Amino acid sequence: MMHAVLAVTAVIFSLAAAGAIIRIARGPSLLDRVLASDVLLAILGGALCIDMAVNRHLNNLMLVLAISVIGFIGSVTVARFVADRREQPNEP
Amino acid sequence: MSPDSWNLDLATGDAWINLVSAVFMVVGAVMSLGAAIGLLRFPDLLSRMHAATKPQVLGLFLLLASIGLQMRTWWVWPVLLVAWIFQLLTAPVSAHMVGRAGYRTKHLHRELLSTDELDAVVQKAAAKAARKDGFGDGSPH
Repeated sequence: MMHAVLAVTAVIFSLAAAGAIIRIARGPSLLDRVLASDVLLAILGGALCIDMAVNRHLNNLMLVLAISVIGFIGSVTVARFVADRREQPNEP
Repeated sequence: MSPDSWNLDLATGDAWINLVSAVFMVVGAVMSLGAAIGLLRFPDLLSRMHAATKPQVLGLFLLLASIGLQMRTWWVWPVLLVAWIFQLLTAPVSAHMVGRAGYRTKHLHRELLSTDELDAVVQKAAAKAARKDGFGDGSPH
Protein backbone atom coordinates (compact mmCIF):
# COMPACT_ATOMS: atom_id res chain seq x y z
CA MET A 1 0.00 0.00 0.00
CA MET A 2 2.86 2.34 0.80
CA HIS A 3 4.29 2.15 -2.68
CA ALA A 4 0.86 2.94 -4.11
CA VAL A 5 0.55 6.00 -1.84
CA LEU A 6 4.06 7.09 -2.78
CA ALA A 7 3.31 6.78 -6.50
CA VAL A 8 -0.02 8.61 -6.24
CA THR A 9 1.45 11.49 -4.24
CA ALA A 10 4.45 11.70 -6.59
CA VAL A 11 2.14 12.09 -9.59
CA ILE A 12 -0.03 14.66 -7.78
CA PHE A 13 2.98 16.71 -6.63
CA SER A 14 4.50 16.61 -10.11
CA LEU A 15 1.29 17.94 -11.66
CA ALA A 16 1.01 20.62 -8.97
CA ALA A 17 4.63 21.71 -9.45
CA ALA A 18 4.06 21.87 -13.22
CA GLY A 19 1.03 24.11 -12.70
CA ALA A 20 2.94 26.41 -10.35
CA ILE A 21 5.86 26.63 -12.79
CA ILE A 22 3.48 27.46 -15.64
CA ARG A 23 2.06 30.30 -13.53
CA ILE A 24 5.59 31.51 -12.71
CA ALA A 25 6.44 31.58 -16.42
CA ARG A 26 3.17 33.10 -17.59
CA GLY A 27 1.94 35.16 -14.65
CA PRO A 28 1.11 38.67 -15.78
CA SER A 29 2.57 40.47 -12.77
CA LEU A 30 5.52 40.09 -10.43
CA LEU A 31 3.21 39.37 -7.49
CA ASP A 32 1.63 36.45 -9.35
CA ARG A 33 5.07 35.00 -9.82
CA VAL A 34 5.94 35.50 -6.15
CA LEU A 35 2.70 33.79 -5.15
CA ALA A 36 3.34 30.88 -7.52
CA SER A 37 6.91 30.45 -6.26
CA ASP A 38 5.52 30.41 -2.71
CA VAL A 39 3.20 27.59 -3.77
CA LEU A 40 6.15 25.82 -5.39
CA LEU A 41 8.04 26.01 -2.10
CA ALA A 42 5.00 24.62 -0.26
CA ILE A 43 4.87 21.75 -2.78
CA LEU A 44 8.57 21.05 -2.18
CA GLY A 45 8.04 21.02 1.59
CA GLY A 46 5.09 18.69 1.16
CA ALA A 47 7.18 16.31 -0.92
CA LEU A 48 9.85 16.27 1.80
CA CYS A 49 7.13 15.53 4.38
CA ILE A 50 5.87 12.62 2.27
CA ASP A 51 9.43 11.26 2.07
CA MET A 52 9.77 11.47 5.85
CA ALA A 53 6.40 9.82 6.48
CA VAL A 54 6.90 6.97 4.02
CA ASN A 55 10.47 6.13 5.04
CA ARG A 56 9.90 6.91 8.73
CA HIS A 57 12.74 9.29 9.43
CA LEU A 58 12.98 12.95 10.50
CA ASN A 59 16.08 14.07 8.59
CA ASN A 60 14.26 16.69 6.52
CA LEU A 61 12.30 18.41 9.27
CA MET A 62 14.74 21.33 9.56
CA LEU A 63 14.70 21.60 5.76
CA VAL A 64 10.89 21.94 5.81
CA LEU A 65 11.18 24.70 8.41
CA ALA A 66 13.90 26.43 6.37
CA ILE A 67 11.72 26.26 3.26
CA SER A 68 8.83 27.96 5.05
CA VAL A 69 11.20 30.66 6.35
CA ILE A 70 12.55 31.26 2.84
CA GLY A 71 9.04 31.48 1.41
CA PHE A 72 8.00 33.98 4.09
CA ILE A 73 11.06 36.23 3.75
CA GLY A 74 11.01 36.08 -0.04
CA SER A 75 7.36 37.01 -0.50
CA VAL A 76 7.46 39.74 2.17
CA THR A 77 10.59 41.29 0.67
CA VAL A 78 9.28 41.29 -2.90
CA ALA A 79 5.86 42.61 -1.81
CA ARG A 80 7.55 45.40 0.14
CA PHE A 81 9.63 46.62 -2.79
CA VAL A 82 7.26 45.98 -5.68
CA ALA A 83 6.58 48.99 -7.89
CA ASP A 84 3.86 49.68 -10.40
CA ARG A 85 5.32 49.79 -13.87
CA ARG A 86 2.23 48.96 -15.90
CA GLU A 87 0.50 51.49 -18.09
CA GLN A 88 -3.10 50.35 -17.51
CA PRO A 89 -4.57 48.17 -14.77
CA ASN A 90 -6.31 44.84 -15.33
CA GLU A 91 -4.67 43.88 -18.55
CA PRO A 92 -5.27 40.19 -19.28
CA MET B 1 12.02 0.32 8.74
CA SER B 2 11.15 -0.31 5.13
CA PRO B 3 7.80 0.60 3.60
CA ASP B 4 7.13 -3.07 2.84
CA SER B 5 6.84 -3.90 6.53
CA TRP B 6 3.47 -2.22 6.81
CA ASN B 7 0.82 -4.19 8.58
CA LEU B 8 -2.35 -4.36 6.49
CA ASP B 9 -4.46 -6.47 8.81
CA LEU B 10 -7.32 -4.15 9.75
CA ALA B 11 -8.06 -6.08 12.95
CA THR B 12 -5.08 -4.35 14.58
CA GLY B 13 -4.76 -0.69 15.51
CA ASP B 14 -1.45 -0.47 13.68
CA ALA B 15 -3.10 -0.97 10.30
CA TRP B 16 -5.69 1.70 11.05
CA ILE B 17 -2.92 4.17 11.85
CA ASN B 18 -1.29 3.30 8.54
CA LEU B 19 -4.58 3.75 6.69
CA VAL B 20 -5.30 7.13 8.31
CA SER B 21 -1.80 8.41 7.57
CA ALA B 22 -2.05 7.23 3.94
CA VAL B 23 -5.34 9.11 3.57
CA PHE B 24 -3.73 12.20 5.16
CA MET B 25 -0.81 11.99 2.71
CA VAL B 26 -3.02 11.71 -0.36
CA VAL B 27 -5.38 14.50 0.78
CA GLY B 28 -2.41 16.73 1.66
CA ALA B 29 -1.00 16.17 -1.82
CA VAL B 30 -4.39 16.95 -3.37
CA MET B 31 -4.29 20.32 -1.53
CA SER B 32 -1.15 21.18 -3.52
CA LEU B 33 -2.83 20.14 -6.74
CA GLY B 34 -5.84 22.30 -5.87
CA ALA B 35 -3.54 25.26 -5.30
CA ALA B 36 -1.89 24.72 -8.69
CA ILE B 37 -5.27 24.45 -10.46
CA GLY B 38 -6.45 27.58 -8.67
CA LEU B 39 -3.29 29.43 -9.70
CA LEU B 40 -3.89 28.48 -13.32
CA ARG B 41 -7.63 29.10 -13.51
CA PHE B 42 -8.47 32.03 -11.22
CA PRO B 43 -8.68 35.44 -12.88
CA ASP B 44 -6.69 37.83 -10.65
CA LEU B 45 -4.14 38.04 -7.85
CA LEU B 46 -6.52 38.11 -4.89
CA SER B 47 -8.44 35.00 -5.94
CA ARG B 48 -5.16 33.21 -6.70
CA MET B 49 -4.01 34.08 -3.18
CA HIS B 50 -7.12 32.33 -1.87
CA ALA B 51 -6.11 29.12 -3.65
CA ALA B 52 -2.44 29.40 -2.70
CA THR B 53 -3.06 29.14 1.05
CA LYS B 54 -4.43 25.59 0.85
CA PRO B 55 -1.12 23.67 0.85
CA GLN B 56 0.47 26.17 3.23
CA VAL B 57 -1.85 25.52 6.16
CA LEU B 58 -4.17 22.53 5.75
CA GLY B 59 -1.85 20.59 3.44
CA LEU B 60 1.14 21.07 5.74
CA PHE B 61 -1.00 20.08 8.73
CA LEU B 62 -2.11 16.84 7.09
CA LEU B 63 1.42 15.92 5.98
CA LEU B 64 2.96 16.69 9.38
CA ALA B 65 0.19 14.65 11.05
CA SER B 66 0.99 11.74 8.77
CA ILE B 67 4.66 12.00 9.81
CA GLY B 68 3.62 11.97 13.45
CA LEU B 69 1.37 8.94 12.90
CA GLN B 70 4.11 7.08 11.08
CA MET B 71 6.84 7.72 13.63
CA ARG B 72 4.75 6.02 16.37
CA THR B 73 6.34 8.13 19.09
CA TRP B 74 4.98 10.96 21.20
CA TRP B 75 8.02 13.21 21.31
CA VAL B 76 7.78 14.18 17.62
CA TRP B 77 4.37 15.80 18.02
CA PRO B 78 5.61 18.98 19.78
CA VAL B 79 8.28 19.42 17.10
CA LEU B 80 5.71 19.03 14.32
CA LEU B 81 3.35 21.40 16.17
CA VAL B 82 6.08 24.03 16.34
CA ALA B 83 6.72 23.69 12.58
CA TRP B 84 3.00 24.03 11.85
CA ILE B 85 2.49 27.00 14.21
CA PHE B 86 5.44 28.76 12.60
CA GLN B 87 3.81 28.37 9.19
CA LEU B 88 0.49 29.48 10.71
CA LEU B 89 2.10 32.69 12.01
CA THR B 90 4.05 33.60 8.87
CA ALA B 91 1.45 32.77 6.18
CA PRO B 92 -0.99 35.59 7.12
CA VAL B 93 1.81 38.16 7.29
CA SER B 94 3.15 37.37 3.84
CA ALA B 95 -0.39 37.13 2.43
CA HIS B 96 -1.17 40.54 3.94
CA MET B 97 1.93 42.07 2.37
CA VAL B 98 1.28 40.52 -1.04
CA GLY B 99 -2.40 41.47 -0.98
CA ARG B 100 -1.63 45.05 0.03
CA ALA B 101 1.01 45.40 -2.68
CA GLY B 102 -1.41 43.89 -5.18
CA TYR B 103 -4.10 46.40 -4.17
CA ARG B 104 -1.68 49.33 -4.39
CA THR B 105 -0.42 48.32 -7.83
CA LYS B 106 -3.99 47.60 -9.04
CA HIS B 107 -3.50 43.92 -9.80
CA LEU B 108 -7.14 43.14 -9.22
CA HIS B 109 -10.47 43.11 -11.01
CA ARG B 110 -12.60 45.62 -9.13
CA GLU B 111 -15.82 44.27 -10.64
CA LEU B 112 -15.16 40.91 -8.90
CA LEU B 113 -14.98 42.44 -5.41
CA SER B 114 -18.12 42.23 -3.29
CA THR B 115 -16.91 44.81 -0.75
CA ASP B 116 -13.85 47.06 -0.72
CA GLU B 117 -13.19 48.23 2.83
CA LEU B 118 -9.66 49.36 2.03
CA ASP B 119 -10.94 51.91 -0.50
CA ALA B 120 -12.53 54.09 2.23
CA VAL B 121 -9.31 53.96 4.26
CA VAL B 122 -7.24 54.95 1.23
CA GLN B 123 -9.60 57.86 0.43
CA LYS B 124 -9.45 59.06 4.04
CA ALA B 125 -5.66 58.89 4.10
CA ALA B 126 -5.46 60.77 0.80
CA ALA B 127 -7.79 63.49 2.15
CA LYS B 128 -5.74 63.79 5.32
CA ALA B 129 -2.53 64.09 3.34
CA ALA B 130 -4.12 66.73 1.11
CA ARG B 131 -5.24 68.76 4.18
CA LYS B 132 -1.80 68.50 5.67
CA ASP B 133 -0.20 69.79 2.50
CA GLY B 134 -2.66 72.67 2.34
CA PHE B 135 -4.19 71.68 -0.98
CA GLY B 136 -7.95 71.84 -1.42
CA ASP B 137 -10.64 71.57 1.21
CA GLY B 138 -9.82 68.07 2.34
CA SER B 139 -12.32 66.27 0.11
CA PRO B 140 -10.90 63.35 -1.82
CA HIS B 141 -10.42 64.48 -5.42
